[in-house]
Amino acid sequence: MRHLIDPLDFTMEESLRLMDLADRIRQDPTAYQDVAARKKLATLFYEPSTRTRLSFEAAMLNLGGKVLGFPDAGVSSASKGETVADTIRVISCYADIAAMRHPKEGAPLRASRYSRIPVINAGDGGHSHPTQTLLDMLTIRRRKGRLDNLTIGFCGDLKFGRTVHSLIKSLARCEGMKFILISPEELRVPDYIIHEFLEPKNIPFMEVRSLEDALPDLDILYMTRVQKERFFNEEDYVRLKNSYILTEAKLGLAREDMAVLHPLPRVNEITLDVDNDPRAAYFEQVQNGVYIRMALIMTLLGLKDPLTGEVAFEC
Amino acid sequence: MLKVDEIQNGVVIDHITAGTGMALYHLMELEKLPDASVALLQNVRSQKSGKKDIIKIEGDISKINFDVLGYLDPQISITCIENGHIAKKIRPDLPKRLVNVIKCKNPRCITAIEEGCDHIFELTPSGRYRCVYCEEEFRVKP
Repeated sequence: MRHLIDPLDFTMEESLRLMDLADRIRQDPTAYQDVAARKKLATLFYEPSTRTRLSFEAAMLNLGGKVLGFPDAGVSSASKGETVADTIRVISCYADIAAMRHPKEGAPLRASRYSRIPVINAGDGGHSHPTQTLLDMLTIRRRKGRLDNLTIGFCGDLKFGRTVHSLIKSLARCEGMKFILISPEELRVPDYIIHEFLEPKNIPFMEVRSLEDALPDLDILYMTRVQKERFFNEEDYVRLKNSYILTEAKLGLAREDMAVLHPLPRVNEITLDVDNDPRAAYFEQVQNGVYIRMALIMTLLGLKDPLTGEVAFEC
Repeated sequence: MLKVDEIQNGVVIDHITAGTGMALYHLMELEKLPDASVALLQNVRSQKSGKKDIIKIEGDISKINFDVLGYLDPQISITCIENGHIAKKIRPDLPKRLVNVIKCKNPRCITAIEEGCDHIFELTPSGRYRCVYCEEEFRVKP
């Protein structure tokens, strides 16, 4: 039995197989509508995240499965002081697979060590969000037709932005990647990302302050929101929240085939006039999230693709 | 000055930072050694550092994990004694994994709230320890 806790838990080969399955699901969703019949997904959300929870639930329902769970810690036994270890042991008796969102970093890993069912990390604090990484990679591959030899710009909160850390770590395994890290000094990417994932592989990267200067070189622009909940100090949040705002006018500096990604929700870092630009790919990400989560649930449950008769990879 | 007999077969752990000898004693689980005699000397006068702690162990030392010392106090010297003579000096390696030796200080980490959750750190290729749960770095003090 395998879990998905860290974005690097799956090899690049395995991630690509998942994306292949997601693409097949996208082309013929009805072929997969009964694949997970009589299977149950538990969504254990210790902090509210309607978007991610509904994506997981939609994925399971699309596969013909059922869902149960709780939408925030207040209606779970966590409010009575139950440990994550105990909760997952109980849930293992009710469901076949679990997706866990938790404000504390490492909670899904802790759960996986006590679980009898596959655990999917649906986001743990400011740490990891591996299914977001998979859907980001799927979107990049669909837009660019490849996952190699790309220049990818990350813009905004690169310090607390877990989607950024996860995506950099994952894409650092691809050939010919180049990263441009656009952030204020206070929100620059943590040193360990650079020292342990970029420098050892001699992956070219630049840390810059100007979005406008970076835009012409990018194949992908990954925008992020400065998240209030990641700050202990409100003053710092207020000072930094408007650091970078992408407008349609600024997009004039970018290539015609660049794609703009964003993990959503956005606040004001992408203005509404960008939505109609063909380079805006952030709502495609949402749709791709359902497909990749369907592929993930199938694979972790060992369910065969009805079109190929095989699992994406053994778990 | 307090005197402790020289040992014939065992180990002398010297130059321990004064005041930390008891913590080392517990981390090395010396209380669990079945047949060894153990002496802990605290605040011994030292020309080099003013004062220091020393641990002397007489008896079977084969089950002692000296690597934990490398993390805790790189200044420590470990001298093995056989038949009253210095047999060898041990230079401890940094352990690859520390369980409940240091605590994760990240308030966002699951270890901050989860009862019964071990604090586990693993050594990174760059010589730093990182919490397995939240990946928070814990820098080893020089």
